[in-house]
Amino acid sequence: MPRITVTVDGIQYEEDVEPRLLLVHLLRERLGKTGTPIGCDTSNCGACTVMIDGKSAKSCSVLAVQADGCDVVTIEGLGANGSLHPMQQAFHEEHALQCGYCTPGMVMAAIDLLRDDPDPSEETIRQGLEGNLCRCTGYCNIVRAVRRGAQEMGQAVRTP
Amino acid sequence: MTTQEVGRPRRRKEDARLLTGRTQWTDNLSRPGTLHVMFLRSPMAHARITRVDVSGARGLPGVVAAFSGQDFEAEQGSLPCAWPRSGDTVVPDHPPMAVSEVRYVGEAVACVVATDRYRAADALEAIEVDYEQLPAVLDMNEALGDSSARVHESGNRAFTYRTTSGDLDAAFRDAPVVIDRTFVQQRLIPSAMEPRAVLCDTDGDSFTMWTSTQIPHILRTMLALVTGVAEHKLRVVAPDVGGGFGSKLQVTAEEVLCLLLARKLGKPVKWAESRSEGNLTVHHGRDQIQHLRLAADADGRIRGLQVELLADMGAYLVLLTPAVPLLGAQMFNAIYKMDAYEFACTGVFTTKMPTDAYRGAGRPEATFGIERMMDELAAELRMDPLEVRRRNWIRHEEFPFTTISGLTYDSGNYEAATERAMALFGYDKLRAEQNDRRDRGDPVQLGIGVSTYTEMCGLGPSRWFGDNNAGAGGWEHGSVRVLPTGKVEVVTGSSPHGQGHVTAWSQIVADALGVPFEDVTVLHGDTAISPKGLDTYGSRSLTIGGIAVLKACDKVRDKARKLAAHVLECSPDDLEFEAGAFTVRGTGSQKSIQELALAAFAAHDLPEGVEARLDSDVTFDPENFSFPHGTHLCAVEVDTDTGMVKIRSYVAVDDVGKVVNPLIVDGQLHGGIAQGIAQALFEEAVYDADGNLLTATMADYLLPSAADLPDFALDRTESPATSNPLGVKGVGEAGTIASTPAVVNAIVDALRPRGVVDVQMPCTPERVWRALEGARR
Ligand code: FES
Ligand code: FES
Repeated sequence: MPRITVTVDGIQYEEDVEPRLLLVHLLRERLGKTGTPIGCDTSNCGACTVMIDGKSAKSCSVLAVQADGCDVVTIEGLGANGSLHPMQQAFHEEHALQCGYCTPGMVMAAIDLLRDDPDPSEETIRQGLEGNLCRCTGYCNIVRAVRRGAQEMGQAVRTP
Repeated sequence: MTTQEVGRPRRRKEDARLLTGRTQWTDNLSRPGTLHVMFLRSPMAHARITRVDVSGARGLPGVVAAFSGQDFEAEQGSLPCAWPRSGDTVVPDHPPMAVSEVRYVGEAVACVVATDRYRAADALEAIEVDYEQLPAVLDMNEALGDSSARVHESGNRAFTYRTTSGDLDAAFRDAPVVIDRTFVQQRLIPSAMEPRAVLCDTDGDSFTMWTSTQIPHILRTMLALVTGVAEHKLRVVAPDVGGGFGSKLQVTAEEVLCLLLARKLGKPVKWAESRSEGNLTVHHGRDQIQHLRLAADADGRIRGLQVELLADMGAYLVLLTPAVPLLGAQMFNAIYKMDAYEFACTGVFTTKMPTDAYRGAGRPEATFGIERMMDELAAELRMDPLEVRRRNWIRHEEFPFTTISGLTYDSGNYEAATERAMALFGYDKLRAEQNDRRDRGDPVQLGIGVSTYTEMCGLGPSRWFGDNNAGAGGWEHGSVRVLPTGKVEVVTGSSPHGQGHVTAWSQIVADALGVPFEDVTVLHGDTAISPKGLDTYGSRSLTIGGIAVLKACDKVRDKARKLAAHVLECSPDDLEFEAGAFTVRGTGSQKSIQELALAAFAAHDLPEGVEARLDSDVTFDPENFSFPHGTHLCAVEVDTDTGMVKIRSYVAVDDVGKVVNPLIVDGQLHGGIAQGIAQALFEEAVYDADGNLLTATMADYLLPSAADLPDFALDRTESPATSNPLGVKGVGEAGTIASTPAVVNAIVDALRPRGVVDVQMPCTPERVWRALEGARR
């Protein structure tokens, strides 16, 4: 079994993994990082989205061995010293979650989309979240939350 | 002064854990030594099982056990149907694991228990099953024919139900206008984002089951009845539940089998479905063929409505299957007055996954039918679709109003909601643009869709359930405990999965007891903590569960008043309750609810007949349903070259009675509207001619993403319900019920000048294009 070294939320782990083991299962079942849920088996839903070396990725479509040497951040590693990341806070303020199952993935995807465009229009946000499905909110408040999150992350929001 | 909490847009208490990943989804949980269960599922829609050999799986690494249906035959019981509403309903035996025959693709035929899910998946491949294929039964009309293969010995008819009021023949005789249409409600897959999961542990003779369910209380009783495990030895916990929409309102085969496996093996077992397994085996929604006839006068007044439904039950009747289409019996007449009404429904067995409740359950189907007919009537009479509705709806001053189907609508104001929606939408301006585009022959046509709906919410009065052959009533439980330190603990029988009960109930309690919002906590979803309840579905949480909590607060206050009178040495009548304290009128001496809680806890000096501790326990049973209503308007742009539909704007004005938390109400509406639009435009469960589900994954079953939907403009009117003291009406299903017909009406409206009178859902570009081509010919 290959041995990998992976940093997850600031802690380094060394694990022997089967080559077929998915990263999401490594996180959830071996490392106890259950904050990242699974919603599908076709990489359509985005529930499992985490950051790998600073870029968002669906952890159900990454093998654990591919994460060897990588720095992974999950929803549990976001925010500092017990306070919420501005994007998490924005989701709370805008009531952008109901059951919350899609939320960790949405927050990760939202943060990532601001890397490309720190001042996204509604259109850009909607396109940028296309790979993350939510069945509860109808997306209205998620879109608002992402704009607010962008604002609070120190970016001026373009007036439409 | 404390601020009024009810009506305030409070941010949710639930969010913090969900936002930081400190969640307890069932699949996150495990017990020491948890084993993983996987099911081998039928690849055939209909077949006799001639042999199952699990021995190949048994010796494999990590495999603890493997079983066939036969191994469970003696103990697995039959999955329950709790609401055979029509007296003639045939309820076939429904083994959780198939023993001799399979009747849909995905039915479990064997299972493996292993140390982890990868080993379990490997071992499934070593199981051998021989099938003798039988004919699949897929089409409802064919299923009812004499030459059809039978899904069950008893035939393919599950029930026939008919109810009539008024003289239908007279209504249709010489009617100046008769509209005759057939609509199809396609089969849908509810698709809660959290797949189902079950974890069952045992310590010998008692069991704890964590399961992703909407109905922990009903499930516990049903599991006891099905398996023979004593009810008092069974605890059911619904931890965090990632959405339901009806799909987790069920007693599932997997829950029964996990309980049996934990009992057989004496070890904790867990099952977590994959999405492709879930699409096959989560009960599906809708699936009706509606034949409607409507007779009207030349001025648009409805004389009579005749409804003939075929409802696809799938292969078995699960918890509420035969009752779902019959919830439409009293809803097809909607908000309209008429002289005669007939509703008939035949339930049909087919070799597909059973159907059951999906957001709205029977009411979206009914609303779709009548709202499409109202538009067809308007078109026939060349009248504005809102004008036709205005001529028929119950007027504001006519409430309470008993409808032709026998429900009494307590309150409402269809005029007000419609006017506000039209203003917000810019109705007249959009009509002008529509005409302009028509005149110009613009390839992109504008369509305006109208839907004025009501629904029966707050299911419901227990007496009504009794009169309609349901297995249980519709009460709900709440208890309120003011703890010795003055903080308040609330227990609710309503088991949420995203609706924000903790926040809304906190607001209700904060007002009723005059305590800070932050000082209230709400417990739910665990039969050991919340022992009484009938759970969450049918927009009943606030209208029944919330009211039970309110009434428990009233009871606590009454007790506190007696105690305060005793301590302050006055008559209870001399006390005024305000801002969480009892004050002796005219003197200013007072006792706060927190002080009284401590006194009731210490119990050193209690008045005659008052027991220790400041708490109470209430069940509430409403005297009537509640009837939210609203007007939804949708503008679509339809590209007549490609058939592509784009929603340009969507306006919803809803009347859900009093609002406890406007943030939550808007959120529920947003989600509901999105699901209704999804039925209109995107979603459909498709089986091929052999009964294979072609939409078994999220890659094939099109759930809308943020990029597929517009922003929705919401507003409200408020006619308080009279059937509960808060005046609340329920909101969970409203958006879904209203939006589907609004969107389809808009599409047909765009294309009507080109001869299109209907487009079957989902209105994909191909369907729209074909409808246009068909009309051109
Ligand atoms: S679980 Fe990874 S995309 Fe759905
Ligand atoms: S909040 Fe439930 S799936 Fe998004």
